[in-house]
Amino acid sequence: MTPRRKRMLVVFGILSGVAASVALAVVAGRQNISFYYDPTQVALGKEPPGKGFRLGGMVVKGSVSRKPGDLTVRFVLTDFAHQVPVTYTGVLPDLFREGQGIIAHGTMGPNGEFVADEVLAKHDEKYMPPEVAASLKNKHGVKPTT
Amino acid sequence: MWTWFYRLASPPYVYRTAAALTPWFFAGAALMIGYGLVDGLAFAPPDYQQGDAFRIIYVHAPSAWLSLFAYTLMAVAGAIALIWRIKVGYAVAAAAAPIGASFTLAALVTGSLWGRPMWGTYWAWDPRLTSELILLFLYFGVISLRQAFEDPARGDRAAALLGVVGVVNVPIVHFSVTWWNSLHQGGTVMRLGKPEMPGSMLWPLLAMLAGFMFFFGAVLCMRVRGEVLSRERQSAWVREAVIS
Repeated sequence: MTPRRKRMLVVFGILSGVAASVALAVVAGRQNISFYYDPTQVALGKEPPGKGFRLGGMVVKGSVSRKPGDLTVRFVLTDFAHQVPVTYTGVLPDLFREGQGIIAHGTMGPNGEFVADEVLAKHDEKYMPPEVAASLKNKHGVKPTT
Repeated sequence: MWTWFYRLASPPYVYRTAAALTPWFFAGAALMIGYGLVDGLAFAPPDYQQGDAFRIIYVHAPSAWLSLFAYTLMAVAGAIALIWRIKVGYAVAAAAAPIGASFTLAALVTGSLWGRPMWGTYWAWDPRLTSELILLFLYFGVISLRQAFEDPARGDRAAALLGVVGVVNVPIVHFSVTWWNSLHQGGTVMRLGKPEMPGSMLWPLLAMLAGFMFFFGAVLCMRVRGEVLSRERQSAWVREAVIS
């Protein structure tokens, strides 16, 4: 074995060792690395018990209701399999609207309602001009073809 | 078999090639960034949800892409230097590290400024954001490890090894948005299938990407020349090059 081959083996040996251990750590801590839980995981009781956690999902259309004279908002989050009702008191981010993906931090209340203390809006990877968005809305449900 | 490889990597050859390439790279950068900025900031339509705030993508996305590209280049140069004992590889790795760290910082800062109005927070411990921050610390580690040794040759080897090992973070940054639930959105352009963006927004973005690549190439060439000169200062060819 030439010294060059030996160095090559050492470098790639160390690299693959580190890559393998990182991969194992990542697989083992899969849920801890994820930023939020979705409603299905909550329905299955996978959320951390008795602790605050983040819940992510889409705001169900027509589910947002505000208490008059108060900053309290109620809405329902869905991942299209399960739904979780949420209540939040505070200022909402600009992108918060019905049909938008959001992430709320808070705890599960005794009545199955998620009490949020922070709401973040999740932006998706789609970008389009307002006219395109408007014409898509008119055609209702037609996928973008640009 | 390897003689051509070693000749290609001889310091005077690299020094002269870098000098010859620099003006071309700068010209490409000026052209592409010039077009991308004008078209992206003035002519591309606003986004239907974000309005004009989406235009930060023209700096943010190329910076983030370059932060990964520069790291990979640095790691490959370091691996070549370690395996083939090609010293120019260390010079290239040393030259690339601060540029890559700057792009990483630019990506983090622009993303944070965008996150405040859009997400509602400057920072979140989301997989994409956290792994990009680790990338910044990896750059800092590589830069400082090189200088931590009395013997520059040992510093070079240690920094190159850390750079090579840290390359496992590059795919983690890239795939973090698909592997885990994250606050950061998935890729708009770097994805399987069509970009989720019309051409009027996409072309200036691709031009900015190309412009940033050219800019990186130009600055890298200049820094590589400086590194090679200072590393080879005792050699005859440098004395000749300086005197003539």
